Amino acid sequence: MNPSTQQTPSQRPFPRREILLFGGLALVVLAVFASMGPAYATRMMVEAACYAILALGLTIQWGYAGQFNAGIMGFVALGGFSATFFSIPVNHAFWASDLPGRLGWVLLAIVAAVALVFAVSRIDRLGVPRWLRTLITVIVALIAYLVVISWLRSVTGDIESQVEFIGGLGLPVWLGWIVGGVLAGGIGYVIGHICLGLRSDYLVIATLGIAEIIKAFLKNSDWLTRGTATISPLPWPVPDPGEVGFVTARALYFCVTAVLIAVIFFLLHRAYHAPWGRMIRAIRDNEVSAAAMGKSINRRRQEIFVFGCILMGLGGAVLTSFTGIFDPQGYLPLNHTFLVLVMVILGGPGNNLGTLFGAVLVYVIWIMSGPLALALMHLVTALGGDWFGWQPGNLDSRALQARVFVIGLLILMVLRFAPRGMIPERVAQHD
Amino acid sequence: MNELIYFFNYVVVAGSVTGCIYAMGAIGVTLIYSILRFAHFAHADMMTLGAFVVLLLTLAFPHAGDALGLPTAIVMLPLAMIFTSLVAVGIDRVFYQPLRAHGVKPIVMVIASLGVTLMLQGLIRLFSGTGAESLYVEARKAIFRIELPGVTRPIIITEPQVILFVVTLVAVIGLHLFLTRARLGKAMRAMSDNPDLARASGINTKLIITLTWVIAGSLATLAGTLLSLDVAFKPDLSFFLLLPIFAAAIVGGVGHPYGAIAGGFLVGFAETLAVFNWSVLLRPLRDSLPSWIELPNNLALVGTEYKIVVPFFILIAVLIWRPTGLFKGKVI
Amino acid sequence: MPLLEAIDVHGGYGGMNILNGVDMAIEADEIGVIVGPNGAGKSTMLKAVFGLLTITGGEIRLRGDPITNLPPHKLVERGMGFVPQEKNIFPSLTVAENLEMGAFLKPATVTRLKRQIYDIFPPLYDKRHQPAGELSGGQRQMVAMGRALMNEPSVLLLDEPTAGLSPRYMNEIFEQVKRISATGVGVLMVEQNAKQALRIAHRGFVLAAGQNRFTDSGEALLADPQVAKSFLGG
Repeated sequence: MNPSTQQTPSQRPFPRREILLFGGLALVVLAVFASMGPAYATRMMVEAACYAILALGLTIQWGYAGQFNAGIMGFVALGGFSATFFSIPVNHAFWASDLPGRLGWVLLAIVAAVALVFAVSRIDRLGVPRWLRTLITVIVALIAYLVVISWLRSVTGDIESQVEFIGGLGLPVWLGWIVGGVLAGGIGYVIGHICLGLRSDYLVIATLGIAEIIKAFLKNSDWLTRGTATISPLPWPVPDPGEVGFVTARALYFCVTAVLIAVIFFLLHRAYHAPWGRMIRAIRDNEVSAAAMGKSINRRRQEIFVFGCILMGLGGAVLTSFTGIFDPQGYLPLNHTFLVLVMVILGGPGNNLGTLFGAVLVYVIWIMSGPLALALMHLVTALGGDWFGWQPGNLDSRALQARVFVIGLLILMVLRFAPRGMIPERVAQHD
Repeated sequence: MNELIYFFNYVVVAGSVTGCIYAMGAIGVTLIYSILRFAHFAHADMMTLGAFVVLLLTLAFPHAGDALGLPTAIVMLPLAMIFTSLVAVGIDRVFYQPLRAHGVKPIVMVIASLGVTLMLQGLIRLFSGTGAESLYVEARKAIFRIELPGVTRPIIITEPQVILFVVTLVAVIGLHLFLTRARLGKAMRAMSDNPDLARASGINTKLIITLTWVIAGSLATLAGTLLSLDVAFKPDLSFFLLLPIFAAAIVGGVGHPYGAIAGGFLVGFAETLAVFNWSVLLRPLRDSLPSWIELPNNLALVGTEYKIVVPFFILIAVLIWRPTGLFKGKVI
Repeated sequence: MPLLEAIDVHGGYGGMNILNGVDMAIEADEIGVIVGPNGAGKSTMLKAVFGLLTITGGEIRLRGDPITNLPPHKLVERGMGFVPQEKNIFPSLTVAENLEMGAFLKPATVTRLKRQIYDIFPPLYDKRHQPAGELSGGQRQMVAMGRALMNEPSVLLLDEPTAGLSPRYMNEIFEQVKRISATGVGVLMVEQNAKQALRIAHRGFVLAAGQNRFTDSGEALLADPQVAKSFLGG
């Protein structure tokens, strides 16, 4: 890149649009403080901050590299589980029994089974015909799988009946946050490894699927997560409301999230303007010429994807800790995937500041639209009852559905009328 | 013999039923892909919409089918197919067409289809609530029991299943004839092969796009309704259909209608076989097994709660080993 | 009045001018051949005639009517046929179906025209039920020309019909172009194999840097020592 085109801060145009938009957003937040009270508003701000971390994760995947992740919910749930598992107290009944030993043996058996199948899949080197090798491998894998899985089922069944679940580790919560990010990154690595070389739609399907599988696993593994029985309360890294009151505790939590965002922001900013970031944008804008310049495209894509997933895991962990309850069924594609998508495309994909703006704005609208939608539903039902005799029950859930419809419509409107978001990525012009 | 009948009832029949449903969904996905070049994620919700329209019509005229001796829902199918096709064409005109005119990347079309998914889901649940409802309003599902000599267990097959097999057969043959004999069907294949040349030959591409939505919408209505008729209408039907129909379309080779049919049956049978409890079949052998082998009661590969894992792993396996699908997909 | 006429055509892609004033004209029973070095604007000129890029100056006329910047499908309706250099067939459709697509706007004439095409390109008749993608390069080119002819065009545009073909097939294609022209269809084609193409050309247009360098009958161009020296490799 030509050095003369790199902008120094003094050459940058005055960010009037940004200042106006953020000023307006501040007014909206203040209005919420005034009307709903500080306890409600601080809660909203913490949650918005957690969503901002998720949105930053998606903006680097989608905005920087054009990868669309439709399974944010799965990474959020994984992060949430990690935060829960690390922070909740140790279940002494479990550790005192013979169950940890048995569970350990099963885990060893799983490793052994994988090694066995892998070894069998190599017997063609010994002169066995390939078709026979494939057949033997499949049969061995099936039998090994069935043996291990029925063993695991018996151990987990005993855990559930004897000690309910394995409990946590009783460690500081931030450790769980970090591991949550790492776990999400690990899953992201595997998915990315398989899908990133293929058409972009395949990544959408794969992430959608993995998210549902993670959720199904967390929901049905009662021995690990208590499943639908849920785990609460979850400890906070700051004094909890019982000690210092709601507003102070939430404000402290908000400070933690704000620091996290600031760190992420700083790192992203550095990376974006570093050679690495330029290469990423070069790949996104013109894959062929970037490849022709000898850039390793798939490596960079992989890095971006994993990094985005780490942020999603981290954001999910922070969000779950704040919510104070681990409920696998509480992770919804609508809240944890599509809301984040709207934040990113509305704010401006590829622009960190725009994403932050989009995250807070969309979350405020989302939270405030709940009561509004309910009031609207009451009105519609009153009219509908008068005109057609339509008497729906369960207005709360129907009001939620009306919001789902609006979110969908919003996505389509933004794509059509403001495809680059409210604060578009600033691309240096060279002519 | 009883075990074989059990296997037939729980694997052959159940697998064929799911296979038919997935096949009809996957054909729609694959056709839309080959003409419009994007993965239409709202397809499973179009299936739900079709079934929902049938439910509404059936609720409005519960006895319309009595005269013909068919379930009312079946009689209402043509109306619902027309309605769903109109909705599909309308969605295309309002939401997809402007984006196409802008020449956006396929992935943006995918996101738009996710937006449509949310709209359809919101709309359907807004009116239907979230509970399950039977499509047999004021009528009972006929169940056929076929007794075979020498066994105590009958072969069980229900009326909706029989209808499903017949309808799938007719739809597939009809589609085949349309694509190979009709002028518009051939034009559709031509456009899938080479859109620029199709335009240069004077083929009306707008008409072909409309036609694609009509066929996909009609097949979606058929599949959604027949599935709901067999089980019950649930507003979250799409959730259980999305991954399997995409897996089926990709397994069969995207853009390849016959591959989609094969893929649908493959995924359907794989799911059924994976949740089938194999220890039932091994039970007759129990006495002859050596004593150190203890046969567990549950020998299913995955529990029903993990059914979604099956299409996912088929999908991943195909993406790793044959990204073009088992039958050569022509557009990747 | 010439069948197809281009007067001082200017145009190019994305603000870059490739054509800087090209003139050409052919009559109804003539073969016109555009030759010239790489980058001279040969294929660009053909695409400009078929409305695939915007012409910024000059005019194109078909039988005296201005057709400048009409979209391709309007030109097809007016009797123009275009065979692109690449991707010029429907690979998964059979040969017969490929031909039928060419007559999409005139379904009533399909059977009669198909017979005519098989007369011009006999090898296609035996392969009519085979997917076109499975044919050899030369046969694909025949399918492509056949598809364009199915619309009974008055003028046929061919973009490098012999590119990548063996000499045997090349001569066969040129023979067939002659036969097409003999049925009263005007042919305008771009060719890399300049000598052989000019041999069958009634009109030859030698382009360089987006302008006519020489314009004459094919024979005269072949005989011209200057043309031979600069453009035909001696």
